[in-house]
Amino acid sequence: MGHDIWHGIEHVFVEQSLVAAFAVVGGLILVSNLAAKRLTNGRVHGSAIAIVLGLVLAYFGGLYTGGKKGVADIPALAGIGLMGGAMLRDFAIVATAFEVDVIEARRAGLLGVLALALGTILPFIVGTLTAVAFGYHDAVSITTIGAGAITYIVGPVTGAAIGADSTVMALSIATGVTKAVMVMVGTPLVAKLIGLDNPRSAMAYGGLMGTVSGVAGGLAATDPKLVPYGALTATFHTGIGCLVGPSVFFLTVRALVG
Amino acid sequence: MIVFGVALLATCTLIGVYLGDLLGIALGVKANVGGVGIAMILLIAARVWLDRRGRLSKGVKFGVEFWAGMYIPIVVAMAAQQNVVAALTGGPIVIIAAVGSLVLCFGAVALLSRFGGREAPGAGDAHAGAVVAGDADGIAAEPAVTHSARREG
Repeated sequence: MGHDIWHGIEHVFVEQSLVAAFAVVGGLILVSNLAAKRLTNGRVHGSAIAIVLGLVLAYFGGLYTGGKKGVADIPALAGIGLMGGAMLRDFAIVATAFEVDVIEARRAGLLGVLALALGTILPFIVGTLTAVAFGYHDAVSITTIGAGAITYIVGPVTGAAIGADSTVMALSIATGVTKAVMVMVGTPLVAKLIGLDNPRSAMAYGGLMGTVSGVAGGLAATDPKLVPYGALTATFHTGIGCLVGPSVFFLTVRALVG
Repeated sequence: MIVFGVALLATCTLIGVYLGDLLGIALGVKANVGGVGIAMILLIAARVWLDRRGRLSKGVKFGVEFWAGMYIPIVVAMAAQQNVVAALTGGPIVIIAAVGSLVLCFGAVALLSRFGGREAPGAGDAHAGAVVAGDADGIAAEPAVTHSARREG
């Protein structure tokens, strides 16, 4: 009997996957807001707690299913995959542009370009140096791991273009995912320290951090009104990385290590 | 009509992503180059254009702002489907590369934001913050958005 009821509920969740995701995420945010108010006295944003909670659930979901998509690999929670997937994520990011102050955005344009350039070069250098330090000596592996430090999409796109082997690809993706997760969690912690409290610094931040998911989560947890400014620059980051990774960066690394 | 707002948002997104794909192909890259950014610029342009002609109705605004307000829940759903296990079991090379680039980039943000100068937040910010935060009280502070939106929809 109890089993039948459980089975029925699971059936509804599977059949109404997106609707179920709305309810589950709403519940998660409700709990997070309460925790933010009661436990931290409002010092920590409810959305920061919700994002961290989401990541923790993704960890246990991944352990439980052995899959790559966190809780979305659990059939009853598959709707989370649709709700938080690239399609609706991009749709909602574009919607935030409706609130952008045009003058502010235009004034920060050049700063955004500078941030994009730095945000591609700096992580790549760190990634390549780490790869060399851990004993990788061929240009293909070094470039692929370096590209992974840019974002977890640039890594595999670059690796596939220059023919990296799958172990290196996995390392490269893991580096990018780790960076995205750390950006989500770390941004609200360092926001004050790095002056992330106005549209202009948000545009610099978006270009430097790159990873759209990291920036999206990090700014949401810090100050929602900065989201569109950061997203505006971050969205160009992956494309630029995919452009220079297998070309300029690879050729440079090959020229250096022979 | 609320649906016009949603359709406007959808059309801007589709055109932006399409142009991003074309830009990727033109540059010989296997990725979308700035599609979302282009879509955002299109939406900003559409808002300015509609506003000038007095066609920016409450319904249209509500259709777009609803999705802006769903942004954080969507990000939470996104967080819940990250491959966190892979991130935590990647070993030292992954951690060092990620932390290293993160620290360096945070430092660069600090440098750039100081270099760019600071100023007090503008007037429209409170409303924008409320919309993206998904806070309906903040949105309703603008006279009777929800009421007229309901009527139009």
